[in-house]
Amino acid sequence: MSAPELKLDRAERGGPGADLLIRGARLFDPRERLDHQTADILIRAGEIAEIGDALEAPEGAETLDAAGLHAFPAFVDPHVHLRTPGREDEEDIDSGSRAAAAGGYCQILAMPNTDPVVDSASILQSLRERAREEARVPTGFLAAITRGQQGEQLTEMAELMDSGAAGFTDDGLPVRSAGVLRQALQYQRLAGGLIALHEEDPSLSAGGVMHEGAVSALLGLGGYPAIAESTMIQRDCAIAGFENARIHLQHLSARESVTAVEQAKQACVQVTCEATPHHLCITDEAVQSLDAGRFKMNPPLRSDSDRLALIDALRSGTIDCVATDHAPHAREEKEQPFEVAPMGVTGLETAFSALHTHLVLPGVLSLETVVERMTSGTEPFGLSVPRIVTGARADVCLVDLAAEWEVGEAGYASRSSNNAFAGQTLTGRVRMTVADGIVAYRERSFAIGAV
Amino acid sequence: MNRHLISIADLTRDDIERILERAESFAEVSGREIKKVPTLRGRTVINLFYESSTRTSASFEIAAKRLSADTVNIKSAGSSVDKGESLKDTVQTLSAYDPALIVIRSPHVGAAGLVAGWTTASVVNAGDGKHEHPTQALLDLYTLRRRVGTLDGLKVWIVGDVLHSRVARSNILAFGRMGAEVTVCGPPTLIPREVEALGCDVRYDLEGLGKADVVYALRMQNERMTGSFVPSLREYAARYQIDGRRLGPNQLLMHPGPVNRGVELSGEVVDSPQALIVQQVESGVVVRMAVLYELLMGGGDSGGARSALHAATEPQPA
Repeated sequence: MSAPELKLDRAERGGPGADLLIRGARLFDPRERLDHQTADILIRAGEIAEIGDALEAPEGAETLDAAGLHAFPAFVDPHVHLRTPGREDEEDIDSGSRAAAAGGYCQILAMPNTDPVVDSASILQSLRERAREEARVPTGFLAAITRGQQGEQLTEMAELMDSGAAGFTDDGLPVRSAGVLRQALQYQRLAGGLIALHEEDPSLSAGGVMHEGAVSALLGLGGYPAIAESTMIQRDCAIAGFENARIHLQHLSARESVTAVEQAKQACVQVTCEATPHHLCITDEAVQSLDAGRFKMNPPLRSDSDRLALIDALRSGTIDCVATDHAPHAREEKEQPFEVAPMGVTGLETAFSALHTHLVLPGVLSLETVVERMTSGTEPFGLSVPRIVTGARADVCLVDLAAEWEVGEAGYASRSSNNAFAGQTLTGRVRMTVADGIVAYRERSFAIGAV
Repeated sequence: MNRHLISIADLTRDDIERILERAESFAEVSGREIKKVPTLRGRTVINLFYESSTRTSASFEIAAKRLSADTVNIKSAGSSVDKGESLKDTVQTLSAYDPALIVIRSPHVGAAGLVAGWTTASVVNAGDGKHEHPTQALLDLYTLRRRVGTLDGLKVWIVGDVLHSRVARSNILAFGRMGAEVTVCGPPTLIPREVEALGCDVRYDLEGLGKADVVYALRMQNERMTGSFVPSLREYAARYQIDGRRLGPNQLLMHPGPVNRGVELSGEVVDSPQALIVQQVESGVVVRMAVLYELLMGGGDSGGARSALHAATEPQPA
């Protein structure tokens, strides 16, 4: 079944869209065979009107000198936590979507594990209304697979889809029962909607707060073994294959999981999957610092061999996309002993810079791969891929690939500061983001106005 | 040496030897009728215990008092912790009283390290969850060294529930630092995956125990029986209990206490002359005196600490 076109929500503050001439950027869009060539992009009423050399700025349009910057199709993130409703002290739609824009994103999909859980059409509709008032970038909301994410009774998936759900997930928790998951996948034939799965066998991960291995042995922390993820992936791919259903696997962390997905894809299971920048760049060695703010999340940071397997899979396409799993947490909750602190790290504002610094600059992954995988994550949910092409809505981010910056303790657009890359100096910084035709972010130091 | 004692991993062999020698000098004080020296007069030591403890809390308090420090003991029950105060707020509150040193025991890995970041006082880890219990390891080294001289080349078997034991983790590192060869032995369900990375061999049965010079038995905690780590205490005892048949006449026996007689140790070996269990308890005070001394009087870096060892005033009667 092909996914119907999905509509995301954003604030209408920008009118019909920007009139903007981006002058002299180096265009890079692998899908459009744009490979660093210098050109101008003319955006009129939020649409890419023309791409070419020495374009004339129409009256009223802002001209922007982008010499030395790269223009990429803006990024998309199928996995963020906006903590709304319930924990607006940690993030809300405004701050979370600002963080997305600051990271170069033009589409984000929010998880439903809020308080209350997004498991009814009324909650979903109220969120969509707030997004139409606050969201800086187009924002979609996944609904829960089961009521209250209890893993027992299906939500009213058909009504939720009619109300604009971007898909379904019990993210944060696995669907424990194979029987319940099977019913959800059967029901997908009626309701539609991609089903995104947090893969964790709780009987294997029980008590685990970090990857089970040499570092957990040294620290005495409860181990969360790689097989807690991979065995669940095998189970769920088998069920999806049997029901001819479509599933998306969230935040892969382990070598064994990559193998399981490879096998499922070879068996023609309709499965896509994602990996996060922190799992691609950091290993469980970092947990020796016992800094829960930066290094405690679910699934946990794993060994270097796991990390290398994820990188290989991202390169080959076994892993389809990058997702941040942006998970804001209050400072006082993260400033606790590792075992007690909640799981999750923020990542929207550092995703591209981290991948560029840790993987592109050392020659591990090509820029092409990183840009492709950072722009493909919402396609399985029925959204169009951002492209730098005449006639498309303008979804463009301008990036200074040479800019070095230190990820600090503060200074985030996000309300929370539990960033996995805090303290690191990264190379490459988003200067401006145009999302759905509107300037969603502009770095303060970046010149505004005609040249 | 560091201003704090969080992990054995932070100590060099020189650091450890300096502490053990200092403890020897305090042993002389403990033999006197008036067991007190003025070294830490006017300084405050806070014992912050979030877990029940008899020997560790008592010996830290006695050690501080024998050095003439003022001591304050705080247990989580009955304190603001009961009212939901966070560890950070509790520590910052206590730090406002300007203590010289905080001794912290917590059920959570890394708690002592966090406390060190929130206070200007020196911090001693008196057990942080399943992570480490460095003063226990130091007193074990002290006890063993008194009995056998050097630990170089000594074969030590640590037997029992290694997975849940902070004593095991500190001791694997500490015995290794001092040149001993460490083997851990226990049911596969209670041996952490990749524990070899700490520098020890792994065995799953007691065959080969005869080669050990020292058998260090760990406490088998009853709460581990509720899961399925081992099928029954009976089967555990049958396979892993150190008894008179398994312990050779030339082997030494250690245990961090409290002993479960009839589980990890039989009564006869506990009471045998090979057992160093009572000596371990006795060593607790002088070794903790030495740790307090090193952290508070030993100087900021190892060079300074070393010169302090040689030049500083020897313990004087109060």
